[in-house]
Amino acid sequence: MPVNAASLVIGLSYASLLFLVAVGLSVVFGLMRFINLATGSLYLIGGYIGWSVARSTGNFLLAVLAGGVAALLLGILIERGFLARLHRKELLQVCLTLGVAYIVQDVTRWIWGGDPLRLRPPEMLRGSLELFGSVVPTYRVFLIGVGAVLAVLVWYVLERTKWGAYVRAGVDDIEMVECLGVNVRRVFAIVFMLGALLSGIGGALGTPVTGVAPGTDVQLLLMALIVVVLGGLGSVSGAIVASVIVAMVDTVVRTFWPQASFFAVWALAALVLIVRPQGLLGRAS
Amino acid sequence: MLEVRDLYGGYGEGFVLNGVSFRVDEGQVVGLLGRNGAGKTTTMRAIMGLLPRLVGEIRLRGESLVGLPPHVIADKGIALVPQGRRIFPSLTVTENLLLGARPPRPDQRVRWTVEEIYQLFPILKERGKIRGTLLSGGEQQMLTIARSLMVQPLVLLCDEPSEGLAPVMVQRVGEILRRLKQAGLSILLAEQNLDLALSVVDVAYIIEEGRVIWHGTAQELLANRDLQETYLGLRVEV
Ligand SMILES: Nc1ncnc2c1ncn2[C@@H]1O[C@H](COP(=O)(O)OP(=O)(O)OP(=O)(O)O)[C@@H](O)[C@H]1O
Ligand SMILES: [Mg+2]
Repeated sequence: MPVNAASLVIGLSYASLLFLVAVGLSVVFGLMRFINLATGSLYLIGGYIGWSVARSTGNFLLAVLAGGVAALLLGILIERGFLARLHRKELLQVCLTLGVAYIVQDVTRWIWGGDPLRLRPPEMLRGSLELFGSVVPTYRVFLIGVGAVLAVLVWYVLERTKWGAYVRAGVDDIEMVECLGVNVRRVFAIVFMLGALLSGIGGALGTPVTGVAPGTDVQLLLMALIVVVLGGLGSVSGAIVASVIVAMVDTVVRTFWPQASFFAVWALAALVLIVRPQGLLGRAS
Repeated sequence: MLEVRDLYGGYGEGFVLNGVSFRVDEGQVVGLLGRNGAGKTTTMRAIMGLLPRLVGEIRLRGESLVGLPPHVIADKGIALVPQGRRIFPSLTVTENLLLGARPPRPDQRVRWTVEEIYQLFPILKERGKIRGTLLSGGEQQMLTIARSLMVQPLVLLCDEPSEGLAPVMVQRVGEILRRLKQAGLSILLAEQNLDLALSVVDVAYIIEEGRVIWHGTAQELLANRDLQETYLGLRVEV
């Protein structure tokens, strides 16, 4: 039975969240050859702030925006505070973002405690609907819709605008982009901040589904890393495809052997890397 | 226009440039000649702000470029046509062409509009929608030159534009360079193809192990067989 409409909806809704976290990570890595290990923290902070704002205002949309803005602010802090000063010093950047991840986890534990927090979806998205003979949670269907819209938006900006051309060209050959008069560090800063915003939105949107707790950050980071590796560094379409694959494999394996789902996802990534080291849609360098 | 004086620099340990000096006057085409590994590309990278270690003077219209990042140097009016063409594979021909496009600067004598570029390189309009790297080698060379012209340079640095091209395409590159010269553009041209270089340059500098060992007019170089044989490997057919 494993694959039916219900598991499809669960998988695709998880894919939406993964995409929101992974796309920024992927493009930032493609541009600057640098892994932001605080990516999960952006999701975490988005989740916690979203939870608090939803609790105190009862306004879900506001909660999602607040989660996004909180992550954006943290992103600006990381970018302006460290990354801009450590240009091209990848090892230091990695160490620093790992440090940020630890600090964020401690501070959030101190504020929100160690127990998982879960948010109820807004009134009109509670309950379930029937889809192809299966009963599926309405909120999950909503997540898929939001994920799809944001994925198309990101794809459009990167693939069809001049600004997106800077980013794609930067992933190809950053030095040449600079020689043509483009301030690559500014492009990088904007990409980084937009990625943070999307991660935070993902965190807030995800609280009704994944909950938020110390450790959610690590879990999301690891899954997002697989998505990036699998999809190909710096490729948006790669991130979309890989998010769906990773989330579906995770969901399907989980239904009959929960303990093995994480292993299955990593095994898949390892397999792809052996056959196609540049990832599914990545460019061989 | 562009003045380079006592340039020393390199990539890590040791110097690749050991005191390079030359100048490019307004509207002049200056050849930078020399064997493999002589330091032509390194000189151009130094001017573009891409060399990690650099001492010396580089002035564009009297203003120093040393220490500025590449995108600011491009703003000031230097554009590089890189060795190996370096077309962006993820971008279409049109996207490649327009990536660095900007309006002409007020003090610029030789200006380029997209229409003029398409007149000069019709192929770029015809094949605008395909990926840049799907063009043939010669077409890619046209694209990389056009892409740099869209940056509206005061001085164009052109690094071995004939490398790896079929003879007919080398001819075509020569025609293009002469057109640019006619238009009044100042060009620094690194070449190993002496025929091509002599067909377009006004003056030439020969470099060897990172220093200038000879300079003079194209006629002087053409007349000096010794020089051609010793430092360039004879390439001129008379
Ligand atoms: N990225 C680099 N790192 C270290 N050394 C380099 C690098 N690029 C070039 N060199 C060295 O610098 C010297 C000059 O090289 P350069 O590329 O400037 O020569 P060139 O005159 O352009 O030669 P060619 O005609 O082959 O292009 C060579 O000895 C080369 O080995
Ligand atoms: Mg060279």
